[in-house]
Amino acid sequence: MAEPSPALEAPNILEYPYTRTLGPVIGRFMTGLRSGRIEGIRMRNGQVLVPPAEYDPETGESLDEFVEVGQSGLVTTWAWVSAPRPTHPFDHPFAWALVRLDGADTAMLHAVDAGSEDRMATGMRVSVKWRDERVGEIQDIACFVPEEDGR
Amino acid sequence: MTEPDAPEEPVEPVLSIRAPVHLEYRYTAGQASSRFLRGLEQGRILGQRCPQCLKVYTPPRGACASCGVATDEEVEVSGHGTVTTFCVVNVPFYGQKIKIPYVSATILLDGADIGLMHLIQEVDADKVYMGMRVEPVWVEPEERKPTLESIRYFRPTGEPDAPFDTYREYV
Repeated sequence: MAEPSPALEAPNILEYPYTRTLGPVIGRFMTGLRSGRIEGIRMRNGQVLVPPAEYDPETGESLDEFVEVGQSGLVTTWAWVSAPRPTHPFDHPFAWALVRLDGADTAMLHAVDAGSEDRMATGMRVSVKWRDERVGEIQDIACFVPEEDGR
Repeated sequence: MTEPDAPEEPVEPVLSIRAPVHLEYRYTAGQASSRFLRGLEQGRILGQRCPQCLKVYTPPRGACASCGVATDEEVEVSGHGTVTTFCVVNVPFYGQKIKIPYVSATILLDGADIGLMHLIQEVDADKVYMGMRVEPVWVEPEERKPTLESIRYFRPTGEPDAPFDTYREYV
């Protein structure tokens, strides 16, 4: 057998420069974000989905009744990120959270910049913090912050 | 909750988002592949022979996938080989370095029992065929590195075509 020598190593970077087309419903949601509005869509049973979906999750019918919802809401569950990774929205600790906005019946995933884990709680109120320059993507919402910080 | 007001002026709707994927890995070649890659740096193509089925793997992976045993006998193969199958690339894509159309082929090197994927150049893409005999064109010795890019590409040798029976098991 050949004499072992150290195995070679090299960086291996995979990149796929995808552009994703959005369709009429998510497209309108993103258009709203660019304008500083958050829009959901009303299900047949009256509940409001945020982010909106093209089809009713219960009946499968097409949905088209857009509803603007509030810019504050409740944290329904959360996970504290004590060691952020390079692609995370912050380089300091933050929380991933599901946020149910006022007027919505479902919660959406986003980051909460609370400063410390002590300030996070299920049921806490948070408010949107918009990015200065908005282009029509989910990162137009820079993050959510505890409601008292947003005032 | 309020109904959205009609927009005061028409806005250009957002139709798409950029959703790039970027994955950073660190690849460790392992012993067998490292031997192969260091061989390329010296202008040699190394493989390993399975002690049970006697098949020669180029590049070697340290074990025979059929027999499940370590392949510890090193063999050097000739650079000459036969195109067993190939693809004419006509579609431009992000990061493409070669002018289309070009040919990516599986080449069965003489003395090897597994195809090696590489480029076929110095011939029009529509003139490449199964059974074509090819040889490697190496980069200059001082520019060779432990990578398959040390072989610039393969080119036709002009030898008589390989009969189908000589590579039918490898297609």
